[in-house]
Amino acid sequence: MNTLLEILLSVLIVAGALFTFIGSLGLARLRDFYTRLHGPTKGTTLGVGCLLIASAIFFSTRDEGISLHEGLITLFLFITAPISAHLLAKAALHLKVESLVPLPDEAIERKNKQHQQYHSLD
Amino acid sequence: MQRLLPHPLLTVLLTLIWLLLSNSIALGQLVLGMLLGWAIPFFALPFWPDKVKVHKPLTLLKFTYILLHDIVEANFIVAARILGNPAKLRPAFIVVPIDLDSDFAMSILANTTCLTPGSLSALLAPDRKSILVHAMDVEDEEAFIRTIKTRYEQPLKEIFEE
Repeated sequence: MNTLLEILLSVLIVAGALFTFIGSLGLARLRDFYTRLHGPTKGTTLGVGCLLIASAIFFSTRDEGISLHEGLITLFLFITAPISAHLLAKAALHLKVESLVPLPDEAIERKNKQHQQYHSLD
Repeated sequence: MQRLLPHPLLTVLLTLIWLLLSNSIALGQLVLGMLLGWAIPFFALPFWPDKVKVHKPLTLLKFTYILLHDIVEANFIVAARILGNPAKLRPAFIVVPIDLDSDFAMSILANTTCLTPGSLSALLAPDRKSILVHAMDVEDEEAFIRTIKTRYEQPLKEIFEE
């Protein structure tokens, strides 16, 4: 393996680690539950992306044949990260977790009403 | 045709995913992947009764490009906000009206808002006319709503509905 490739891989891995770290740091630095959700969902996609690109390049150049199943991890990550964030936010709104800004009460009321209707059906 | 192959697109996608999972394009894997891609949609049918149609493949490609670009940009923006002064952020809950009809387009829109700069979808209104978005730092609510509507909703509508 030549030096240039090794440098490229190292840069990708360090960048990936850095982005993942900053995303996690957001959990400590941001000030309420809802803004904290932003760090891990977005700050980390690029971090994991960089690591996976590095992995794909490494295994493609080392073994015979190219290695592409890292792409799948990225795809699944893009699908699942927003869903877990969405559900966490939804649950927090339902429990009325404190926020820096006023909660959208109207939306919550409506949802609760719908919930009651749903349950009165059974 | 409809009964033999309920979701042609899903079949192609599942075959591709199987090939990527097995990390080879051997004939055996291709056949197995196609078999799985044919069989799995039958089990998923109750969750997904409507057929997904892509009307404008080119717009879909362009949308994917915009999305990837915005995801990378979002990572930098969020990183900068975390490293900057968190007390200066102006978070807000914003109701974004949407006029998409298909469930599939709607879920993609909700997913998209989560992956792109400073927003996170939190709640779909029971009447399916709006989503509640939590934004990390907004200056102008109108501009924020306009961005989501023109940049993401419009192409999705063109691709999946018109």
